[in-house]
Amino acid sequence: MSSIMFSRVKQKQIAQLISSGKRLDGRGLTDYREVQLEDGVIERAEGSARVRLGKTEVMVGIKIEVGEPFPDVPNEGVLTVNAELVPLASPTFEPGPPDENSIELARIVDRGIRESKAVALEKLCVEPGKRVFIVFIDIYVLNHDGNLIDASAIASLAALLNTKMFNYEVTGGEVKIKPGYTPLPVRNYPMAVTFAKISDKLVVDPWLEEEQVMDARLTMTVEKDGKVCAVQKGGYGYFTMQQVLEAAKIAQEKAEELRKLVVKG
Amino acid sequence: MLQETPSKLIDERGIRLDGRGLNELRPVKIEVGVLSNADGSAYIEQGKSKILAAVYGPKEVHPKHLALPDRALLRCRYHMAPFSVEERKSPAPSRREMELSKVIREALEPSVFVEYYPRTSIDLFIEVLQADGGTRCSGITVASLALADAGIPMRDLVAACAVGKVEGRLVLDLTDLEDKGGEADVPLAWMPNLNAVTLLQMDGMLTIKEFEQVMNLALEGCKQVYQLQKEALKVKYVTVKEAVEE
Repeated sequence: MSSIMFSRVKQKQIAQLISSGKRLDGRGLTDYREVQLEDGVIERAEGSARVRLGKTEVMVGIKIEVGEPFPDVPNEGVLTVNAELVPLASPTFEPGPPDENSIELARIVDRGIRESKAVALEKLCVEPGKRVFIVFIDIYVLNHDGNLIDASAIASLAALLNTKMFNYEVTGGEVKIKPGYTPLPVRNYPMAVTFAKISDKLVVDPWLEEEQVMDARLTMTVEKDGKVCAVQKGGYGYFTMQQVLEAAKIAQEKAEELRKLVVKG
Repeated sequence: MLQETPSKLIDERGIRLDGRGLNELRPVKIEVGVLSNADGSAYIEQGKSKILAAVYGPKEVHPKHLALPDRALLRCRYHMAPFSVEERKSPAPSRREMELSKVIREALEPSVFVEYYPRTSIDLFIEVLQADGGTRCSGITVASLALADAGIPMRDLVAACAVGKVEGRLVLDLTDLEDKGGEADVPLAWMPNLNAVTLLQMDGMLTIKEFEQVMNLALEGCKQVYQLQKEALKVKYVTVKEAVEE
């Protein structure tokens, strides 16, 4: 992997190319890198997926446990998303408790899944107010080459789609596991589309060096019917109102494109 | 102190629970320069939300290795008091507070000429004393004033406001009840002179057309907040002037 600090010459080159509508790696401004998806890669997990977005690589594992519901929604299962920026993925990642970047990443992915009601949480209740299923989505970043958000969102959805729940019965207040599995009820397919603003232009799916040049970042998550279900601006710069609305329209198209890769048939 | 959850948040005439129309802000009270120790400070009451902000700096960076050679390091802590919400909140920073501290910092940084103060830090503290929805927006509004009060050169004030969808209608400046019972919530921060959106988040579900309407309504809200900010800043200097004259 190339050094994290790269020359001002290259930074300038990236910005200049983009101002003339081109990118250093030959992509158009709204093109994604190649997406490679493998699912069911971790047998011990109830669901899993590994996504490569160019050189960015993210693995997601899903574990399901029995636990207590939140008091305000006693009839619903619990969904939690956590992200680990694993130190082997980049020289800038350090071991330790989650920093603001990993918390933000997890919360953006969480918002897309939660707000689009992708997982039918009301079907994950064992005993109202007492026992429900908890779905743990753990995002594991394995190689950082930019746009971790979209890679993580794709991997999370792909992992949810191959998640198997164990069959169970409740006897004498105990949850007993029975043989066999049923698929986790998933009914929506949110896709995150991230933009970088460079040279006052919107660029889709920024890679690492573009992220280092960008003024600001904008993520729009679009669900299966084309509605926007989560938005997040990041970075130290800003967007104009026109750019935000333009991004929303592009995101709608791109989400559709990505969805075809993840949701088969 | 438990609030009853009402069956309807908006009546058939388009009047909300607290008597506001759909496009109306809550009553806002702002005071600038409220803490003697801070280099800059401000206080805001927006409906029942009460928030205090303070700025320390530009000053030497601690720890030193965080200093940036070409600009000031802007740090921000958004924090909620344990008694600010219905059920006591643990004073330890939650994941939500960590995320909000980050997006608020990124909402304010474009307004500050950080390049004027290399190798220093500007530390910004936002304490939510009572929360009733829209605290990240009110927090940005009041923090921007605290930065101005500290005399830090800025490109513009940052005004913030949230718009949501409640019972199928677009509504300005949500209360906590409206946020929880609503279908979508979009906080927006804006610098009017630069037409710059510096914070934008959303959760909920909106069509592209609704999203566009939401953005326009939020912009109207921000314009009103911006006027209130300017007035509050002027009041401080009028008071100082009067005191000097006496």
